[in-house]
Amino acid sequence: MMGAVFNLNHPAHTVDWEFIHLSLANVVVIGLMLLVFVLAIVLPFPGAASRQAARGRGDAS
Amino acid sequence: MSSVAPDPRATQAPEKSWTVKVREAGVAALPPEKLLPDGQPTYVASWIYMFGVASIAALIVIITSGSILALKGPAWWHYTGIGHFFNSIHLWAVELFFFAMVVHLWGKFWMASWRGGRSRVWITGAVTFLVAIPCALTGYVSQQNFDAQWISTQAKDAMNSIGAGAFFNLTNFGQMYSYHVLLLPVAVVALVSAHVLLVRKHGVVPPFELEQRKAALATAAPSAGQDGSSASTDGGAQS
Amino acid sequence: MSLLAPGDDTQPWKGRYYPYDLVKELCIAVGVVGLLAVLLTVLFSSPDDKPSTIAQWSQQKPADFVTAAVKELDGTSDTAEYGPPYNHSSASVQHFSFLHPQRWLGVSHPIDTEKDFVVGPLETISNDPALTAALAQYKAAPETQKKGWAEAYAKPLEDTATAEEEKKTPPGTVSESNGLVTVKTAGNAGPVPLMMARLLALAKSGGVDGSLLTGKQFFQTDYTKPLLFMADGGLLGERAAEQHLLGDQWGLMNETGSYPGQPWLWLYALWYQVEPMKSSPSADIEVLLIMSLLSIAFVCVPFIPGINALPRKIPVYKLIWKEHYHARGSE
Repeated sequence: MMGAVFNLNHPAHTVDWEFIHLSLANVVVIGLMLLVFVLAIVLPFPGAASRQAARGRGDAS
Repeated sequence: MSSVAPDPRATQAPEKSWTVKVREAGVAALPPEKLLPDGQPTYVASWIYMFGVASIAALIVIITSGSILALKGPAWWHYTGIGHFFNSIHLWAVELFFFAMVVHLWGKFWMASWRGGRSRVWITGAVTFLVAIPCALTGYVSQQNFDAQWISTQAKDAMNSIGAGAFFNLTNFGQMYSYHVLLLPVAVVALVSAHVLLVRKHGVVPPFELEQRKAALATAAPSAGQDGSSASTDGGAQS
Repeated sequence: MSLLAPGDDTQPWKGRYYPYDLVKELCIAVGVVGLLAVLLTVLFSSPDDKPSTIAQWSQQKPADFVTAAVKELDGTSDTAEYGPPYNHSSASVQHFSFLHPQRWLGVSHPIDTEKDFVVGPLETISNDPALTAALAQYKAAPETQKKGWAEAYAKPLEDTATAEEEKKTPPGTVSESNGLVTVKTAGNAGPVPLMMARLLALAKSGGVDGSLLTGKQFFQTDYTKPLLFMADGGLLGERAAEQHLLGDQWGLMNETGSYPGQPWLWLYALWYQVEPMKSSPSADIEVLLIMSLLSIAFVCVPFIPGINALPRKIPVYKLIWKEHYHARGSE
């Protein structure tokens, strides 16, 4: 078996609240999804100069 | 008289030629410049637009790593390091695929991307997500390890409860492997292809019109604004 | 379709385009995602917990094995009482209102637990006159006699298993030594103790694994019989509990170890935790019906009033298209 840098082959830690029991790994993934979504809509996207030039010179294609 | 030599492939095909009809319908729906445009509207200016192509990229990695696993057979990854390596890539690519798809879905929802006759784009995307789930399930039960044993013996109750267990047997490795390696990936690829072709046909959905601009346009000349206004009210679909 | 969405007056874009290389974008995306997958592989690898075998089960938990085996013999195991698609019983048949799809689709994968899991494998053992005689005695007996023998053997085992589950002192009628199980039967158990002892020995040698898989044909890819037999015992469930894969642990979202599992199944898993599904014998069909309705709604979002208006009402779009609105505003 290929060695991994981090060994995840041990029983999972869980995040528990009322009747909700989620594995820590799943909570991390869901958290990352939310974080990445927010970053994706907030961070500026490259090519602003090219878009501004297109708006300015009236390129239709 | 034309100075261009006649195309030797051109025939006097009758008007009812199915081939001509299919070709003309395809070219009408998606001329080359629309099928592979070299530009995008200036409002395509956010990282959120990357998650559709990221989903496709993950699907490509899934299929590539899955093909290598298929080439060597289902037992290979259990007893060689290189096999385990490709199995790991396959598993993480699946996580990345669902990750990208969910972020893509969230972005497309908040853009109400079904507007302007694009409801089929939304529909094909949603169905892709739903079909990817049994594709993943058949993969999990094909692992031939403890996880596969547990998932198959538990999920079989759900399948049996709706009668699907009569023809879709999660504990039948041969059947599940066939679904996972061929039938469901073909379905996913077909759906993704339809989804992308519909996006090319309709273009990326334009932004909502801001209320103050709509009011300004309403009091101005009746023609559209100089950079192409795209008025829309509350989100909704249009054929 | 305009009937379904009267409020949409989105016009085709007549504005500007800027150069955008889609093919390069795809190539970069494949490179980035590929590298990310390789990085995650190098960092974390992937789980591969070895499968359990009937041989291991019988070696590690011999009392549990014979308890399950005698129930297969007398038709009181979960599989024996399951119902379609395995047999015509009904203990695990689910329905919702007038919908009985499990019954409608019928017995498509017949399993006779007495024959397939016990008598059949025992018949593969040769040169064992005592076993041959025991099997002959068993097969010749009427059903009520068979049930009486099996019950006499099973009762002490079930009482012991119940006491252990409830953390009480076992009654002392079952003992294990050197991997053998001795049962002080509750009455005349006929040939059953000998049959169970031989089945345990066969299981430990791997003979039951082989018999259930390839007993009827050489090439086989259907693991239904060995899996159902094992699932009727306690080993798989014990391993699953350690790995947080049980239903009340939201197990269907989880992977073995500490790996991420299937977080996208959160809503499907959630319904199993709430009443009435939580304590319902038809939880599976109920949850699947709910998820089917929600899935149809998901596909039909463009047409659902209120839902399709949310993006306009909650202006996340102002962040997405901020550059467009800013440029529009400065014109």
